[in-house]
Amino acid sequence: MGYDFRDPHQLGPTTRCLWRARAADDLGECALITAATDLLLAAGEGGGIHIPTMDEFFPPAIAFEGTIFEFNRVTFVRILATVVLCVVFWILANRARLVPGRAQSIAEMGLDFVRVNIAEEVLGKNHARPYVPLLTTMFFAIFALNITGVLPLLNISSNSVVAVPLLLAVASFVAFIVAGIRAHGVFGYVRTTLFPSGVPWPLYFILAPIEVLSTFILRPATLTIRLMSNMLAGHLLLVLFFAMTHYFFVEAGPAFAAVGVVTFGASIAFTVFEIFISALQAYIFTLLTAVYINLSQEAH
Amino acid sequence: MIDATVIAAGEGNAPEGVMMFVPPLEEVVWSALALVVIALVFWKKVLPAFTRILDERAELIQGGIAKAETAQAEAQEALEEYTRQLAEARAEAGRIREAARAEGATIIEELRTKASQDAARILENAQRQIEAEQQQASQALRAEVGSLATELASRIVGEALADSARQSRVIDRFLDELESTTVDRT
Repeated sequence: MGYDFRDPHQLGPTTRCLWRARAADDLGECALITAATDLLLAAGEGGGIHIPTMDEFFPPAIAFEGTIFEFNRVTFVRILATVVLCVVFWILANRARLVPGRAQSIAEMGLDFVRVNIAEEVLGKNHARPYVPLLTTMFFAIFALNITGVLPLLNISSNSVVAVPLLLAVASFVAFIVAGIRAHGVFGYVRTTLFPSGVPWPLYFILAPIEVLSTFILRPATLTIRLMSNMLAGHLLLVLFFAMTHYFFVEAGPAFAAVGVVTFGASIAFTVFEIFISALQAYIFTLLTAVYINLSQEAH
Repeated sequence: MIDATVIAAGEGNAPEGVMMFVPPLEEVVWSALALVVIALVFWKKVLPAFTRILDERAELIQGGIAKAETAQAEAQEALEEYTRQLAEARAEAGRIREAARAEGATIIEELRTKASQDAARILENAQRQIEAEQQQASQALRAEVGSLATELASRIVGEALADSARQSRVIDRFLDELESTTVDRT
């Protein structure tokens, strides 16, 4: 997904860091998907194992079927995560004291992480302020909706269907365009984005379409797909390991118990890994939004 | 994964291909609702609350630092004042002691002078008194010795010396002789 044609060595430290993050993320994604495919194929030969399918992400409706309020299991998990997140932070905000307790310290750490380590570090202290609420909302919304993927009984992330990632990508898209227009005006923003200075004019025939593609299409598309596919692959992996563990322990007989131990260990490891991925994807999405806003402001 | 989707096709309602990335309308509605609620809670409630707490805390810490600085400055000032007063007090004590010593010396000097004057006066008086007494005694002695001698002489020589003029002449001569012998002896 190296859609940004610019040479990373010519970019600022933040952007270079982003390139690294993006590269690492893509590698992780590839590894995950490859692993998932291999395991699925292997499991398919075994038979008797519940193989996770795409239908898991599109369960039958449980309420309001046929209306625009159609409600299914994934929607339910999403609403539940939203309510829990809001209630927890509402209570913490009401109980916020000058001398923080344990819960408040953790909440403050999270909020400070977004404000200082993402917003202020990428945008600079002066420019960050108007975007802190957007970035904070993004980070915590993505994390809350991701983490349901490893919670028992819920076991699915509502970010593994396209709606939320897409809406968040649209929010990010609007934010960086608004930031660019605020900084340079409408024409200024279009000019600085599509026709960067310091390039001989004939190159603009190539450059402008590439910039349109990379800035206005690939940025939101990659934001959406990166988040969604990570959550989707994570869910498939976890379900597969749980199903295989169940199969080897219960159905395949004692001879396979040792294999079951391995798959059970793997399912624990991948649960921990998924918790990490939940936070990492929230961080990457938020960081990239901040970087896009910064690039719009600084375009020249 | 492709195998899995193929197997799954027909059983469920999972979309395929690019339709996976086109959310059905109800999904968009619920997602938007969830995100809007989260955004509102963070925008209107959580962030203002925590920002206020952070500001208050920063203010408190800065106020505390300022207060501590003021207190320290005041303490420093008090210490300087105290040291200054102490030095003043010491200097004054020294001055007073010096003055007292000088005054004591003067008083002693005065007393000594007065005592020596008194002594001199007493000595003089005594000498004068002694002189007067000596004189008185010598006169009395002279008169008595004269009368005794006269009486003795008159007893010896009889009435011959009854004449007073002669008598006094004889006494004077006797005394002069007596005196001269005394002078010679000394």
